[in-house]
Amino acid sequence: MRIRTCCPAHNCGGRCLLVATVEDGVIVRLEADDRRDDDLAMPRLVACARGRAYLQRQYHPDRLTHPQRRVGKRGEGRFERISWDEALDVAAAEIRRVRETYGHGALFVPYGTGAYSNTNGSHLARRLFNLSGGCLGIENTYSWACTNRATPTVYGTRITGNQRQDQVNSRYILMWGWNPAEMIDGTNSAWFVKQARERGARVVCIDPRKTLSAVGLADEWVPIRPGTDVAMLTAMAHVLLDEDLVDRDFVRTHCVGFDAATMPAGAAGEESYEDYVLGRRDGVEKTPAWAEAITGVPRETIRRIAREYASAGPAMLVQGYGMQRRAYGEQVVRAGCVLAAITGNVGIPGGSASGLGLPAPDGGSRWLGFPTGENPYGTAIPVAAWTEAVLRGHALGREDGVLGRDRLETDVKLIYAVASNCLIDQHMNVNRSARILADEGLVEFLIVQDQFLTPTARFADLLLPACTAFETYGIQDGWKFGDELLFMPQLVEPLGESKSDYAICSGIAERLGIGEAYTEGRDERQWVDRILELYRDRFPDLPDVDAFEASNAGVHTRPIDEPAVAFADFRKDPEAHPLDTPSGKVEIFSKTLFDLGRPDEIPAVPKYVEEWESPFGEEARRFPLQALGSHSLSRVHSSHANNPWLQEAFPQRVFVNPVDAEARGIRDGDPVRVFNDRGRLVIPCRLTNRIRPGVVDIPQGAWWAPDADGTDRGGNVNVLTTERLTPFAHGPAAHTCMVEIERERP
Amino acid sequence: MARRVGFAVDLSGCTGCKACQLACKDKHRLGPGVLWRRVVEVAGGGWERDGSTWRDASWTYYVSVACMHCDRPICVEVCPTKAMTKGEDGIVTVDSERCMGCRYCEWACPYGAPQFDAASGVVTKCDLCSDHLAVGRDPACVEACPMRVLAVEDLEVGGSRGADTFPLPPSDLTEPRTRLAPHRDVGRAAIGPSRIGNEEEL
Repeated sequence: MRIRTCCPAHNCGGRCLLVATVEDGVIVRLEADDRRDDDLAMPRLVACARGRAYLQRQYHPDRLTHPQRRVGKRGEGRFERISWDEALDVAAAEIRRVRETYGHGALFVPYGTGAYSNTNGSHLARRLFNLSGGCLGIENTYSWACTNRATPTVYGTRITGNQRQDQVNSRYILMWGWNPAEMIDGTNSAWFVKQARERGARVVCIDPRKTLSAVGLADEWVPIRPGTDVAMLTAMAHVLLDEDLVDRDFVRTHCVGFDAATMPAGAAGEESYEDYVLGRRDGVEKTPAWAEAITGVPRETIRRIAREYASAGPAMLVQGYGMQRRAYGEQVVRAGCVLAAITGNVGIPGGSASGLGLPAPDGGSRWLGFPTGENPYGTAIPVAAWTEAVLRGHALGREDGVLGRDRLETDVKLIYAVASNCLIDQHMNVNRSARILADEGLVEFLIVQDQFLTPTARFADLLLPACTAFETYGIQDGWKFGDELLFMPQLVEPLGESKSDYAICSGIAERLGIGEAYTEGRDERQWVDRILELYRDRFPDLPDVDAFEASNAGVHTRPIDEPAVAFADFRKDPEAHPLDTPSGKVEIFSKTLFDLGRPDEIPAVPKYVEEWESPFGEEARRFPLQALGSHSLSRVHSSHANNPWLQEAFPQRVFVNPVDAEARGIRDGDPVRVFNDRGRLVIPCRLTNRIRPGVVDIPQGAWWAPDADGTDRGGNVNVLTTERLTPFAHGPAAHTCMVEIERERP
Repeated sequence: MARRVGFAVDLSGCTGCKACQLACKDKHRLGPGVLWRRVVEVAGGGWERDGSTWRDASWTYYVSVACMHCDRPICVEVCPTKAMTKGEDGIVTVDSERCMGCRYCEWACPYGAPQFDAASGVVTKCDLCSDHLAVGRDPACVEACPMRVLAVEDLEVGGSRGADTFPLPPSDLTEPRTRLAPHRDVGRAAIGPSRIGNEEEL
């Protein structure tokens, strides 16, 4: 039987159609989208290596198949089998105990995207707590915290992108740290770039790594030193001023803060963007020569790219997210938006306002349709502040990004991690997180619900086995762009005693006395039907679950024949259609940020701020290399880290430029020790020209595997990264990370 | 009349994502280490010091390689048991009943197409998904290509193009049936020594 379904995408940037062959209750094959039609308005949703290797995960011998309780010390990873009844009783009793002892604020569901099919995923636990008085909530994400916060400071919205079908109207595409071929960023995003290129657009990739996107999509790769993108963007603005390439009309009518004549109310006489670029206040003119010394990009290249971008015709500056997961990640987002604005690329076909780029007209994907309800506790922390909420919850306040109250009431005492490996692998500074979790006096009870014994799950007090998305009913929304919904019929029975996250949370809800409220009498399939109803405003012809399943369509698509252009109305008439910013215009100078009074870290105009760890600092004497943790096709974050086919295709390596290797006597394939004061790992190296000298890459998401000495043998980059968060968005700055490498001697 | 088809790849748009390789493994249920289709990273050049900075003078492109279903298949020539044959349709196949696992074909083929499967003790290889072709479908790898740069094309004898692109061996050895459109770096590879950048993955 061939059944169309969606790839259990975890939190990959794609949502792709798969055709599963099921024989005798076993999935034996997963094929690509088999629809014949394939055009710009409604392209096929062709899965990547991860989707095609999924059966190796689905039937992995290490799948968790029954509930377990910890024996021995926390983190040792020793467990004993218990029954579901006992497991759910224990979970409910501990939730009750902690709630009564410390209050709702001591309960916490961490960020987690290891399952994303609505009836599987961390939001099932969120609904559970929201219906029983609430818990400490989370806001923002690990992935794009800075752009989430910084994009609206310029445009008043995160919806800054044209629909992707519009890319064919572009003449020039700057893929700035953007890597759709590996990170995906929406199924077909790489293919749309290819369509634009075939219609004559020139594509330039600016990135420290020659990514698969740089090789397969771009006409040119411009390697740049990580963390210095703002310097190049600023120098490009200098070239535009120098050569009279600024779109003066657009700046005058649609922007504030570019120059003295356009300063917003209450900021007259303050430093404008032009003042900053020309160095009128700080005495440093941000010329291409200035930027060359910082970025490592030759000045003539900066000059040429600036000219090309400003004169090619409609041009897109598409920002990746890696460069905003850095020390002052807010700045690069704002600087990119400003460059798009002053070249007049906002609100036109083939252009791009840059920034986060959720698609016009409505922001695209809703990500999840399952109703989690409101959190009655009404308090949230930035996702990446969970370690601080455990260690010093009482001291955590608005200055740390706390929302909903001035200061937290309690430390976090119970964590219920569903589909989340964010407590260990996917959080910065793994050794620190592991020490925090190992202390049973801090987090008193840790429930982990997952499909595998992840490094996070090894710390569980109670381990609950979740089934995969193929083993229950589910539905997935087209990632970021939301052009389609993909239906996941139950293909096979859950392995062993595993259950859907929904079923497990229902069991706990029942024991907390809210069973009926939680389930509303629905099973997974009925919830999918309910979610389909909730989506019918976006997809009027959406079938119900019976029709969807009977049709074996797998996907319901809204073809995009006339792609929407973000800010088109504002472009035409800024008075009639003002932006949702204080000035109603594009805020090159943000009075809101100015009023924060922290110009060194949160300047009112985007500035290059030297990172707290950088090749230019004292720390570079001991740790001279910049470490990146790229998104590899080997995994979706840490999901698939144990998939043998993907390990064969993309083995975990530290990628090193031959220049840096030679200086250290390292040969291709040598085991290499990567270290700084936070941690150390040893994995084989791969020498490659595809990375700038001075930079090493350890693709993120490999499972932490410390040896007796504490050296990670799994190659998890987060043993090296810092838990320090960015100043405005309180986002992760994992990629700001200096290290040294040496050949590991046996 | 049977089609005489071969693989065509537009290297200019190949990202090296390996969806084709994994689709092949899924379709044919290939065990560890058996890769009927592989993606080779071609690497060359290097980085040059320029004052205070470095300039990139390197090149990279990807070549997805499977059996070329050659018009002079050396695997067929060397096979002592006649297990390896080229059919009327041009597809080179191996008969696992006849194969005795001597691996001469594996040694002789310059494309690494015949792959020894240790579990079964015989050589296995790409059959161009002839079951798919028979019902008008493309091979699994072609269906899998997210960039739509991999295809099967009707290729008459002598109709191959780009078959000498590095790292492929001289095409006059076996007369491979394929058509490769060049990546922008293929020309650079012709002016300096290139090497394989991902040997351990092949």
